[in-house]
Amino acid sequence: MTSVTDTAEARTIGPPTDDRVILSVQNLRTSFKTDAGLVKAVDGTSFDIKRGEVFAIVGESGSGKSVTAMSIMGLLPQPPAIIEGDGVFWKGRDLLKVSEDEMRKVRGGEIGMIFQDPLTALNPVHTVGRQIAEMGRIHENLSRKQARARAIEMLGLVGIPQPNSRVDNYPHEFSGGMRQRAMIAMAITCNPDLLIADEPTTALDVTVQAQVLEVLLRIKNEIDSAIMLITHDLGVVAGMADNVMVMYAGRQVEFGTVREIFYRTRHPYTLGLMASIPRLDTDEQDKLIPIRGAPPSMIKLPPGCSFNPRCDFAQDRCREEEPALRLVTGSSHLSACHFAEELEGADLRAVHDWSEP
Amino acid sequence: MAMTEPHAAAMAPGLEPTPGDGISDVVEGRPLRVDAMKRFTRNKLAMAGLIFIFFLALVAIFAPLVAPYGFAEFAGESREAPSWNHLFGTDTTGRDIFSRVVYGARVSLKIGILTTVLTLIIGVTYGAVAGFFGGAADSLLMRITDIFLSIPYIVLAIAIATIFGRSENSIILVLGLTGWLAISRIVRSSFLGLKEQEYVEAAHAQGFKKSRVMFRHILPNAMQPIIVYGTVAIGGVILSEAALSFLGVGPQSPTPAWGLMVAEAGSGSLTSAPHMLFFPGFAIFLTVLAFVLIGDGLRDALDPKLK
Repeated sequence: MTSVTDTAEARTIGPPTDDRVILSVQNLRTSFKTDAGLVKAVDGTSFDIKRGEVFAIVGESGSGKSVTAMSIMGLLPQPPAIIEGDGVFWKGRDLLKVSEDEMRKVRGGEIGMIFQDPLTALNPVHTVGRQIAEMGRIHENLSRKQARARAIEMLGLVGIPQPNSRVDNYPHEFSGGMRQRAMIAMAITCNPDLLIADEPTTALDVTVQAQVLEVLLRIKNEIDSAIMLITHDLGVVAGMADNVMVMYAGRQVEFGTVREIFYRTRHPYTLGLMASIPRLDTDEQDKLIPIRGAPPSMIKLPPGCSFNPRCDFAQDRCREEEPALRLVTGSSHLSACHFAEELEGADLRAVHDWSEP
Repeated sequence: MAMTEPHAAAMAPGLEPTPGDGISDVVEGRPLRVDAMKRFTRNKLAMAGLIFIFFLALVAIFAPLVAPYGFAEFAGESREAPSWNHLFGTDTTGRDIFSRVVYGARVSLKIGILTTVLTLIIGVTYGAVAGFFGGAADSLLMRITDIFLSIPYIVLAIAIATIFGRSENSIILVLGLTGWLAISRIVRSSFLGLKEQEYVEAAHAQGFKKSRVMFRHILPNAMQPIIVYGTVAIGGVILSEAALSFLGVGPQSPTPAWGLMVAEAGSGSLTSAPHMLFFPGFAIFLTVLAFVLIGDGLRDALDPKLK
């Protein structure tokens, strides 16, 4: 099991002492009982999210990104899921221990969630306005009229034209981008302190993606919330995130600020992710380098570092000893690679032409 | 909290749609029910069924105005053949069969509708719980329905009628308690599929109670088979009521139940006074057929694949 106890920065277990930290996830472990065995979907993840920051979780499909979010929200049915950990501290409470009633207030009221596919995440039989209004009716006990007014206000806020008439439309009368805006409107209706956006742009046309991200960032500043951005799109990460956590096979493999992750990459998996996406600022001759192989079976992880069968730098030690997550550069840049220091100079420039964050 | 019917909020007064403000870039899309209405009205058989039931309902409501005699009134000689005085003839005790058929519409519609409402309430709730929670709860609930399925309903009917006496209410109870199994299975399988939808997951993520997710978010999406089944079921109930009355479990004379009238006509009347058998029997036949036609029409109209 990976652990963060070996890190230079020894973590204290318990509610965060830094009052800028609104969410502190400590050694979260989520597994699923299946007929084939125990699947450790998230295996010892720890991170803090500070007020107002954009925290990105990056990884391939099945790396545990979404399960991390679902575990925090308490949305996984137990059984088959088994959620353990030293704590998920949210506003002074441990979400792993609160009652279902209290958890319901957190969901939607304090933490908003935006889903991947706006085509299926809106209920086809209710009008968009009704679905947004329901948030206010349930969480803030608004009257029907107030809730409707709030829905119109929210639709306007996310940039839906003519919100007064659009509020009575059904989801199928909205385009994909508009539906995702409506999802965002729904998630922010109760002024949450944290927005969890699970692949918010994956299902959208490229032309609409930027618009939706722009809305998301603007809203974040307007309602002063933090964003937990789950994505596999490093372009999105480079453009938006403050801190980045890279996950592979249910474990954290690298953690740092967006600059550290992009300019001082210290994990071969992160390097691979970056080399495998097209860039506009390189020569045409530069070929994309895919990460070879496929993600490992979650039931039978390879011994040692779980990335070793796909790693270009793998050595014997990687096949025998599991690397711990440890401080590699700066004050908070963590990597779970035995040879993190040797990756110096393997720097790849950012995929996104970005200026100072 | 004001619990309203699922679609109520969408149509509630005070939520009047704002008329277009000149710039009509609003894509014109129609909710399913508008399309469905169009398809239904194009279906001639279904419309004929609907018109018949509408007509029957009027007859039932205004029965005292339509019927020339009271349903228990001895209006003529025994077993008179149809004539201008007695359109459908008279029965053994000299009651006017036309009047009894007219009043019988009240009994049949009441039994048909109330029983179906009862079966839908039980069956939909039961199926929704089984499908929504799944797992062990589902297995347990489905085994209970298996047990119910293996009790012959005629025996149960006779038992209930013996306990509560022969009346319309007994019939409603009997048919209600035995009729919910099929719809509970239909609703269960709808829920099993629908609960995996992302909008259901989203509803959970928005902090809504399980009951709210079940009945406000999933149920409206599962309405199509329920509506169709419910409509056909009214016809089925009327038929079962006739069968039970024939067996002597249903309402007692002089209640003008169609099934009871057929039973009272007895097998002997087939040759001597066929009108006693024919008219109430034909009323049952037409009514059941009408409900089945409406149900079929609704099935076609509500199926978005036939668009």
